[in-house]
Amino acid sequence: MLATHALVLAMLLFGLGLIGLLVRRNVLYMLLSIEVMLNGASLAFIAAGSRWAQPDGQVMFLFILTLAAAEVSVALGIVLQVYYRFRTLDADAFSLMKG
Amino acid sequence: MELLFYITAGVAVLSTVRVITHLHAVHALLYLVVSLMALALIFYILGAPFAAALEIIIYAGAIMVLFIFVVMLLNQGPLTVEQERRWLTPRMWLGPSLLALLLLGEVVFIIVAADTFTVETVGIQPKQVGLSLYGPYLIGVELASMLLLPGLIGAYHMGRRLSKEEP
Repeated sequence: MLATHALVLAMLLFGLGLIGLLVRRNVLYMLLSIEVMLNGASLAFIAAGSRWAQPDGQVMFLFILTLAAAEVSVALGIVLQVYYRFRTLDADAFSLMKG
Repeated sequence: MELLFYITAGVAVLSTVRVITHLHAVHALLYLVVSLMALALIFYILGAPFAAALEIIIYAGAIMVLFIFVVMLLNQGPLTVEQERRWLTPRMWLGPSLLALLLLGEVVFIIVAADTFTVETVGIQPKQVGLSLYGPYLIGVELASMLLLPGLIGAYHMGRRLSKEEP
C-alpha cells in the first residue's frame, strides 16, 4: 500500500520536474528540474526495492546518485562558460547553432 | 507510519512546486533542499536508511553546494552584497524553515516513538546493499567509475575561465 503511494509520489515529482524543465527558460532552473526528475526516478526504484524486499532498488539509487553528481558538475561548468560568453542564462539566447 | 508518509509526501510536493515556480535562484535552492530532506525521510519510512543518509549527504550536501557556488559566481560585482541583503529577508526563509521544522518534528517523533509502532515494510540494511553492489552489480560499479572520470575531467575543463582574447 505504502509502495503504491510512493510510486504515485514519484510520478508527481517526475511530472513536476518535467513541467519545470519545459516551462522555465533559465538554464539553472532547467538543471534544478532535472535534479527533481532524477529524484522522482530514485524514489520509484527505492519504492520498488522496498516492495519486493530486495536491495536492488538501493543499488540503482546509488547509480542514479553517481549519474546526478557527474551530470551536475559538467552541466554547471557549461552554465558558467555560457554565462561568460553570452552574459545571460536565457536558454532561448543560445541559438547560434540553429540551422 | 502511514500518516508520517503522507505528511512528508505533502511537504515534498509543496516544496517542489515552490522550486519550479520561484523566481530567485537562492530561494528555489532553499526549497529544493527541503524537498530533498523530505525525500530522505520518505526513503527511511520505506525501509532504506542507507539511501536516506546518502540522499542527505550527497544531494543536500554536495550537489546543492555546487549549485550555490555557481549562483554566487554568476552574481559577482558590487551589487551582490545589496542583492543578497534583499534576498535574505526573514520573510523569505520563513517558508522553507516551517517545512523543515515539520520534517524535524517527524524525525523526533520517529526517534521517540520508535518502539510503539511497527514498521510494516521490511528494512534493507546497508550490508545487503553492499553485498549486492559488489556482487552481481560489480560491472555497474566499474561503469560508474568510467563515468566519474570523464565527469571530473569535463568539469575541470569546463570550469576554467575563458581567456581574455575571446569575446
